[in-house]
Amino acid sequence: MKKYVIIGNSAAGIGAVEGIRRIDAKGEITVITNEPYHTYSRPLISYLLLGKVTEEKMKYRADSFYDEHGCKLVHETAALIDSAAKQVILSKGSRIPYDKLLAATGSLAVIPPFEGLGTVKDKTTFMSLDDAKKLDKMLGADKHVLIVGAGLIGLKCAEGIIKKAARITVLDIASGILPNILDDGGAKLVLRYLKSKGIVFALNAKIKRFDGNNAVLESEDKINFDILVLASGVRPNTALLDKIADIKRGILINERSETSAPDIYAAGDCAEALDVSSGKSRVMALLPNAYMQGECAGINMAGGDKIFDKAIPMNAVGFFGLHIVTAGSYDGEVYEEGTDGTDGDKTGEVRYKRLFYKDNALNGYILIGDVEKAGIYTSLIRERTPLDTIDFPLICEKPGLMAFTQNERSAKLGGINT
Amino acid sequence: MCEYYCAFAGTNGKDMARALKDCDIKPRINIEEADGISFAVSCRHCREPLCVKGCITGALGMDGTVITIDKDRCVGCYTCITLCPYGAISASGDGAVQKCELCVSTSEGIPACVRGCPNGAIVYEERA
Repeated sequence: MKKYVIIGNSAAGIGAVEGIRRIDAKGEITVITNEPYHTYSRPLISYLLLGKVTEEKMKYRADSFYDEHGCKLVHETAALIDSAAKQVILSKGSRIPYDKLLAATGSLAVIPPFEGLGTVKDKTTFMSLDDAKKLDKMLGADKHVLIVGAGLIGLKCAEGIIKKAARITVLDIASGILPNILDDGGAKLVLRYLKSKGIVFALNAKIKRFDGNNAVLESEDKINFDILVLASGVRPNTALLDKIADIKRGILINERSETSAPDIYAAGDCAEALDVSSGKSRVMALLPNAYMQGECAGINMAGGDKIFDKAIPMNAVGFFGLHIVTAGSYDGEVYEEGTDGTDGDKTGEVRYKRLFYKDNALNGYILIGDVEKAGIYTSLIRERTPLDTIDFPLICEKPGLMAFTQNERSAKLGGINT
Repeated sequence: MCEYYCAFAGTNGKDMARALKDCDIKPRINIEEADGISFAVSCRHCREPLCVKGCITGALGMDGTVITIDKDRCVGCYTCITLCPYGAISASGDGAVQKCELCVSTSEGIPACVRGCPNGAIVYEERA
């Protein structure tokens, strides 16, 4: 009987369990997690603070998941991998042997080495359920929260706690927000929207040092706060495979989720794979890719033959009811339309659309407000559909299957290849 | 008509005209039309469903071969809308998303759109 060991209990790890069980009903599966919880959906921590979900509803799979999939959940930290002996060594010293191993170790918060950070009493990162619980305890109606980092994590945190704090300031060294997912125009629009919801921004602001409850900026301005949230970035958690497998920014994997080391796979935020929208190797730290890379790893670990070669960066996120959907890379010519909600009869309606295309293929898009049928654009990117085979002007205006040829439509809708 | 039958199937009402009167209907099947061509699009219940794999909460799942949505667990992040290559998942208006579930819980074995299509253009059958 094969022995599978999975380090990580989030989307990639769960995907691997489901992948393994599609092929091998009997093999022994051990899932190792350094958290004391059932598998939960990490992006939901901001929804928990917002009160939109309960801890119970954050569970990524049913209570019966581990039993039903015949796997053992070990709540301990994986300290070391002995790849020669094919064993994972846990923090308390015990060893778990494996035939096939998956590293689904996620990402870690990057904390810049700010001077005086140690003098700040109430501070946290915002990555895990424990972080969310810790923050929740610190919050109060009279508290001023300073969030360092205007990316997805920082801004989702801001949305989550807006009713639980007196004031929220989001600080970033950059001049715009959400630099990883928006272009300048989109970022300005979302910034204005977030300000209208009461979030205060300090952009182009560089922190010189912390002094207790004060952040001292390069400009010598001071921001007084009660609680500090550190959300300036994440990096792949690759340490366990250091000197065992090839690592660039993340653990390098191929389209079978294999690392360069025999019998060791990697998936999710800790891994780096080919982004088909740019042709470059990238860490794509987002949940759907994590699941799909994990599932692919699981199937291959169990002796199946699975290729996942359609990874692209992709984000679906909402702030106070405003939906933002983006995918791919923003390279090439631009199709644009939209309104920023300030002009004439469209006041209040925010709609922003940018499609990026080059060399007969759609490379990326940004949609804010109206995101209906966005998956049709995503599919054009993932499948590298030649744009001269569809009615591109029509699909730019409105995503739909109408833009495809009749044969293509019959295949898509009838399951018949004509 | 299929759009109306679909919207009606979700209401548990007896009379379609009354149930949908003055409603802005939100059907889970949609007609695309242009230049004399029209066709209906609803969930294809993919064998390898990107929406289920990408769902951040586990709200989308498979019940046999039918892809279902547990609205209680959906937070309306729209990751599935970002992934569905058919544009077959949409906002429901109550925060969660909606999609065709083949009337498994509302109708007598045959989806309402199939029963209601006057031209027999929508069929319900197994395809390999």
